[in-house]
Amino acid sequence: MELKSILATDCGSTTTKAILIEKIDGEYRLSVRGEAPTTVEAPFEDVTKGVLNAVMEVEELAGRKLLDGDNIMTPRNGEEGVDIYISTSSAGGGLQMMVAGVVKGMTGESAERAALGAGSIVMDVLASNDGRKPHEKITRIRQLRPDMILLSGGIDGGTTKHVVELAEILAAANPKPRLGSDYKLPVIYAGNKNASNKIDETLGEITDLDLTENIRPVLEMENLKPSRDKIHDLFMEHVMQQAPGYKKLMSWTDAPIMPTPGAVGALIEMVAEKENISVVGVDIGGATTDIFSVFQKQFNRTVSANLGMSYSICNVLAESDLKNVLRWVPFDIDEKELTNRIGNKMIRPTTVPQSLEELVIEQAIAREALRLSFIQHKAFAVNLKGVQKERTISDAFEQTDSGESLVDMMELDLMVGSGGVLSHAPRREQSARMLIDSFLPEGITQLAVDSIFMMPQLGVMANIEKEELAEDARNAAIEVFEKDCLIRLGTCLAPVGNAKPGAIVLIVELTLPNGDIQKHEIKFGDIVRIEVPYEPIKAKLTPGKGMDIGAGKNESIETTIYGGVVGIILDGRGRPMGISTDPKQRISDLSKWSKAVNEYPELKV
Amino acid sequence: MAHAYTPGLKVLHETKIDKERRLPLKGTVTVEKGKFVTPDDIVAKTDLPGNVQMVNVANQLNIDADDVNDAMIAKEGTSVSKGEMIAETKGLFGLFKTNVTTPVDGTIEVISDTTGQVVIREAPIPVEIDAYMSGSIKSVIPEEGVVIESEGVFIQGIFGIGGESRGDLAVIVDNREDEITEEMLTSELEGKIIVGGSFISLKAYKKAIQLKVAGVVVGGFNYFDLEDILGYTLGVAITGSEDLVTSLIVTEGYGKIRMGTQTFDLLKEHHGKFASVNGATQIRAGVIRPEIVIPLTKDQLKGDHKDADASEGIQAGSLVRVIRAPFFGRMGKVIDLPSELRKMESETMVRVAIIEIDGKNVEIPRANLEMVETD
Repeated sequence: MELKSILATDCGSTTTKAILIEKIDGEYRLSVRGEAPTTVEAPFEDVTKGVLNAVMEVEELAGRKLLDGDNIMTPRNGEEGVDIYISTSSAGGGLQMMVAGVVKGMTGESAERAALGAGSIVMDVLASNDGRKPHEKITRIRQLRPDMILLSGGIDGGTTKHVVELAEILAAANPKPRLGSDYKLPVIYAGNKNASNKIDETLGEITDLDLTENIRPVLEMENLKPSRDKIHDLFMEHVMQQAPGYKKLMSWTDAPIMPTPGAVGALIEMVAEKENISVVGVDIGGATTDIFSVFQKQFNRTVSANLGMSYSICNVLAESDLKNVLRWVPFDIDEKELTNRIGNKMIRPTTVPQSLEELVIEQAIAREALRLSFIQHKAFAVNLKGVQKERTISDAFEQTDSGESLVDMMELDLMVGSGGVLSHAPRREQSARMLIDSFLPEGITQLAVDSIFMMPQLGVMANIEKEELAEDARNAAIEVFEKDCLIRLGTCLAPVGNAKPGAIVLIVELTLPNGDIQKHEIKFGDIVRIEVPYEPIKAKLTPGKGMDIGAGKNESIETTIYGGVVGIILDGRGRPMGISTDPKQRISDLSKWSKAVNEYPELKV
Repeated sequence: MAHAYTPGLKVLHETKIDKERRLPLKGTVTVEKGKFVTPDDIVAKTDLPGNVQMVNVANQLNIDADDVNDAMIAKEGTSVSKGEMIAETKGLFGLFKTNVTTPVDGTIEVISDTTGQVVIREAPIPVEIDAYMSGSIKSVIPEEGVVIESEGVFIQGIFGIGGESRGDLAVIVDNREDEITEEMLTSELEGKIIVGGSFISLKAYKKAIQLKVAGVVVGGFNYFDLEDILGYTLGVAITGSEDLVTSLIVTEGYGKIRMGTQTFDLLKEHHGKFASVNGATQIRAGVIRPEIVIPLTKDQLKGDHKDADASEGIQAGSLVRVIRAPFFGRMGKVIDLPSELRKMESETMVRVAIIEIDGKNVEIPRANLEMVETD
């Protein structure tokens, strides 16, 4: 069957978003989108109501019939209905998991990686060596009431004692699921296969136990996919069944419903694989910030559960310190008044910045939320710990050295931002600056934002398993991602190193598609913006003395780069980048950088 | 007529109030439908499973896990008292025995021959739920709890700390602009719910705690002072479980902000009456705001009801409060709700409302308005 029209929804905690993708003149494009409030909570308590409302808006805008009463019309019948309908969901707080492993830095971390990769929020990682006493662990499990637990531990054939001990702790806690009291808590066991029988004896009766392949069959290898797939299955079978209206929604969709971040991750993984590039994706929301990355073909996802722009905005302040927020604010402000203002945003999370001053403060906080989330991500996205040498598990207990981070900013090719503060910034220049200031890309990095956050829907589309649909759906997802989802901001060129103020750190020679040649220089401590659209531009980049633009110190590069709605940004502030601690100098620098990219209208403070 | 939905806090003179009182686990409901209850009456009770202690007998006796069952004196299901011997080695010719005693009173739940651990469960923990406010039992949720129904005043705050509390209402300032100062707080206020105007300082709030005041209702409080009270920086607004003698309910927000006229006047009208308050706040999906409930008797009711759940959108003429700078905390009347997007100073394109504040018309994003719902 040829796919001609696809309807996809994403049921978020507050809004349900629907998009209609159609094949017109041989190419897949986003045709319209609609949204409506999510209806998981009282008085509706049925997620499908919000879905129908959002689809109704799509129907009106598209000018054709998609609904037959309270049903989505699939398959398509001429001009009516759609070929397939798919959905993602993060309503009701998303999928909340607890994971357990014998050694915190090894199986514990592998389990965490599997759970995060599947799109869940990891509430806690239990481990034999986490320093907590059994009764403390039991209390913790009882308090948290996760939706699901992933238990791992031990390599195949290794000792079974520790992982069975963890199972005994789980059994003693006898955890109850968060939603619904009439079903048993789903537990996935993905540890030493020799312990399977004992685990079944310990947990088989009181939980809904599922056994799958070991997450770490040998020390040198992680095997996350079976656990990730199992998490998705159980999410559908158990957790979703408890959420109001989901049974009905599941009967409508042509592919399993995926947790929203799981779908985004799948899409980013696919783009990185197809283009053979390194990618960082970020979604900054009101409560959490998700970061996805693919480096050296390895996918990682982290959720910074309490770094966000509204519900947890005060936590950004608490974790980063007021001084770090203020270093991005180009005017003086009373510190106590500022904290009260930020506190008021937390208790009234839906408000928007009306004055320019409020916008600047909000974007300063966003820089810190992103910076902190990325620090957490870099610490988590590491090579496997405990490899190279042959060890037994008991040796591994003593091992404290951490794996090396996979995140290499010089290697990074594409950075994609999404979430209100990045996607809806009044000027795209602001989004570009926020991404650059908080992630500090090195060398040559393309920047983009997801204009209307449709990565979740595209992600689930790219993962349809039905054979007859899979290829078309995957192509459609990639085409729409490139043409309609991403807004190409441009490219950041940031030489690494330090220099004296005023020294030239990069010389850029550009040959535009029309043959025009431009030459630009950037001095240390400056930012320069070159306005060129998203098109291939031949570039010769020559770093200043002691600087590195990607080929090594003092080595020049000839390559093709792309502009965008913002253009090419030459960031001459050096890496690592410092901001003056002298308030006068800081304000002068910030104003200079802002002006260079036309970030804000004239600020009257 | 144009209208828009906007969040609003309830300030209701007279309304039906339903309060669900539910156990954390299934248990026994102790009252019947229709019964009149007062705040301290117990309506449901249950036993939470006892805490668990794990003792690694194999390690302590230096034996294999397989041999633990043989060494156990107390078998699965037996009750044991703190200090009692639960396992012992055979020793050498009956000599040099080592043993393990239980660290707590409880029951032996599991003896594991894989890990050598013994699980001892302590006695169940009784939990009781009281009625919180006076009213009659509207319905019984079998084995779980009840819904209590009452009529009276219902006011929501924007943010609070500390859980449920109750006492006589005492308005201790003359008008809504006034701060609660340390001097105003005397020992006569012990056990009362005190009401102030625009602000309470950290010092004054600490004095209220010292005097065992049951609750403070006030317009504003400083965000950075919360750390001193809570012992940590409040990162996300999820509160209610703090162990505080004096619950705090902030009606307007952080900073010094005079209390809304409707709220202040209503509380003043009921000075001296018994009120139940709850500081618990949860600002996430499924939002919970702090509340003040003043149940009224039949002869105190005037009969002009409004359902507590009814919320209508704002429209021309609605009374609203601005909840973000500039004009933060100001009240105004909606003049118009233009449908097209307008550009703000920040260049954000938003839907606005034209509001009259002090005789002047200003444009405010609808997202920055709060409906003041009164009856």
